[in-house]
Amino acid sequence: MTPELGQIALILALLLALAQSILPIIGAWRNNSAMMAVARPAAFGQGFFVVLAFVLLVWAFLRFDFSVQYVADNSNLALPWYYRITAVWGAHEGSMLLWIFILNVWTLALALFSRQLPEAFAARVLGVLGIISVGFIAFILFTSDPFGRLLPMPPDGGDLNPVLQDPGMTFHPPVIYMGYVGFSVAFAFSIAALLGGELEQAWVRWARPWTNIAWAFLTCGIVAGSWWAYAELGWGGWWFWDPVENASFMPWLVGTALIHAQAVTEKRGSLRAWTILLSIFAFSLSLLGTFLVRSGVLTSVHSFASDPRRGLFILCFLIFVVGGSLLLYALRAPKVAGGKPFAVVSRESAILVGNLMFTVAAAMVLLGTLFPLIGDALNLGKISVGPPYFGLLFPLLMLPIVLLLPFGPYLRWGKGEPQVLKRVMLRALLAAVACAVVAAFFVDGKLKAIAGVAAAVWVAVGVLLYIVKRWREMPRGRRYPAEMAGMLFAHAGVAIFLIGVLLSESLSATSDVRMAPGDTKQIGGYDFRFDGVHETQGPNWRADQGTVMVTRNGEPVAVMHPQKRTYTREQIQTESAIDPGVTRDLYVALGEPMDKEHIDGAWALRLYYKPFIRWLWFGGLMMMLGGFVSAGDRRFRVRRPANADAPEPVGAALLSETRA
Amino acid sequence: MTRLLPFIGFLLLAGLLGFGIWWNTGHDQTAIPSPLINKPAPDFKLPLLYEPAQTVSRASLMGKPYLLNVFASWCIECGVEHPVLQAEAPTLGVALVGYNYKDAPDDAKAWLATHGNPYSVLMADTSGQTAIDFGVYAAPESFLVDAHGVIRYKHIGPITMDVVNDELKPAIASLQQEPH
Repeated sequence: MTPELGQIALILALLLALAQSILPIIGAWRNNSAMMAVARPAAFGQGFFVVLAFVLLVWAFLRFDFSVQYVADNSNLALPWYYRITAVWGAHEGSMLLWIFILNVWTLALALFSRQLPEAFAARVLGVLGIISVGFIAFILFTSDPFGRLLPMPPDGGDLNPVLQDPGMTFHPPVIYMGYVGFSVAFAFSIAALLGGELEQAWVRWARPWTNIAWAFLTCGIVAGSWWAYAELGWGGWWFWDPVENASFMPWLVGTALIHAQAVTEKRGSLRAWTILLSIFAFSLSLLGTFLVRSGVLTSVHSFASDPRRGLFILCFLIFVVGGSLLLYALRAPKVAGGKPFAVVSRESAILVGNLMFTVAAAMVLLGTLFPLIGDALNLGKISVGPPYFGLLFPLLMLPIVLLLPFGPYLRWGKGEPQVLKRVMLRALLAAVACAVVAAFFVDGKLKAIAGVAAAVWVAVGVLLYIVKRWREMPRGRRYPAEMAGMLFAHAGVAIFLIGVLLSESLSATSDVRMAPGDTKQIGGYDFRFDGVHETQGPNWRADQGTVMVTRNGEPVAVMHPQKRTYTREQIQTESAIDPGVTRDLYVALGEPMDKEHIDGAWALRLYYKPFIRWLWFGGLMMMLGGFVSAGDRRFRVRRPANADAPEPVGAALLSETRA
Repeated sequence: MTRLLPFIGFLLLAGLLGFGIWWNTGHDQTAIPSPLINKPAPDFKLPLLYEPAQTVSRASLMGKPYLLNVFASWCIECGVEHPVLQAEAPTLGVALVGYNYKDAPDDAKAWLATHGNPYSVLMADTSGQTAIDFGVYAAPESFLVDAHGVIRYKHIGPITMDVVNDELKPAIASLQQEPH
């Protein structure tokens, strides 16, 4: 019975989403308060039914209700309860429900915290979110029903993709969706501004905390995904430029540009049209990601079972939402270049250069991702571009950003002072060169590693000098407002990330070896002794588990247990063993036995020594933290006019009225 | 006009994606067409694994169809298809020619000693040059070559019983029906 209730809940949610999308937008257009007032109750109602549907699916998994096709396909009696909850989003149908669930979390948050916004604006924002919701709920109901029955009911089910049976993986999809779907809020704000023909930039300030939070979640999701790829795939890499990784990375790149452009528009009024365009791009790329993963147009390690009908549905929705909003942009975007003028040397220019680089990088990634498709379309045969393309172009595009990044804060809005800048640059340069020279002795003159140290020191010194400057010049309590603290965190995170990437890329040592029990192999100064493989048993898997003793100069360092697991339904999954450390990771993956009949004999093993690799995720997490801290700035909460020096905009009076 | 550019760019992208859906309904994404099908097999001349003094070439194999199987002892998937080759080689109706790819001869011999040797001719290419000419990108791969030295069928990945029954045997049967 409960699965049918889930379906009914989804149908009711669809109807409420229709109400939420149509009535408030018409109301805002006709200036009809009653119609606009539908937005919030409809959003709460829709949220209630979506949460209900989600809970019912979780319930079906917890109760082993194999009469539900989706439950039977993705879980079995041996699967522990926590992975049965993960299984809710383990395949296409449920992950779409998660998408909708998270869209509703954002919508509910917005409905709750938007009471200080002008009535018509809030109505339009909620209306746009309603349209997106209509599209996705209809998609679930018409093409991807998670509540479909399977009769007769099988005694036991299939299995959750073993790749997903990992604690880190449990949180990766919800977190990444929080980010990707969260850009819908910035998108809705922009569309509402276009629809309403907003002349003031106040809406940008309202949009900023939402965008920052979405960006921080996306950062966290990408870091988690990269960490998972490293720990689980057994290839020792942390980024593969896989189409689906790219699908999450493109919105991140554009989102990064967006949070900076929003700062310019909010504070100076310039780049208005650009900020709107970036909000549309960021969310469009999120939708495009959903399309790429689920349409089967591109093949990837992440692909869900593909179905052309689903692809067609999302494509039509994509054309409606993205095409519609870009057309709206063409018709309604602010025609006059507004805002205060700025000089060549100014914070605006620096941010603009960064923005350009991020956008071009996103376009480059998009081109590379769609390359196989372009090849088919132009009848060039099977072609694709891989890591060499991305690996060459991406760093080139990021170089100007790394060079500019530490000095943005020093540049004043409007017109910066080249003198100040020169002094700081000189110090950062001296520090970078000095550290690079010292580092050169430790890294055998490897250029990439030296460049990594220099770049990281360049960024870090710039950030540190700015922290010191604020400490000296500003009175206590006003030194580091949250917005700035967040920016400094994120920028320091970039320095740490650079160390992680460039040092681990250049100094890693790998060895694919055949090892018999007792054999020893030395890598990166560590001795790995293979002590053979024995069988072991988990809740729903059995595994061949190796034992590798690691010593350094005779001192024991770690005992590592790489596994090769066979899950209930014969799916095989490697579990690498990792000995983490601040300055290096040791990593062992189990390959194949030399003789399948004798697993206690020799095995193929893959050994890695990865210096500083942990820093890249730590740097990513600092960027995430920066996003959250910035979003908490008091300025975004306290109601006051966008431009303190400008006369009170008319909206402010209306604002206080609506509040009362 | 410049404000329409993002919209126009998006239309192009949407067109490409629509094409992608249409294309994928008619094409198998994982199939990599070989440009060599129905073309003469590349010329090669390789030593035998067990008697390196003797060589085999494309010319010396002409006159009768054969199945060229690319394998190596280091190749995991080859271990998967090997039992199938062992069982089916006698019933195929064509000679099974082994092409030992980038392998140390001793490893290959040890591997064959353990798993059995289904090949009637077995050549070794430690450099892998011939594989490049054949467009091999991963072992195992198999090529059906007809009596005139023309490649008629190619299979990438391990040969399973399904592949034998559904693809390989029909391909061999159609060869044998042709007038010589």
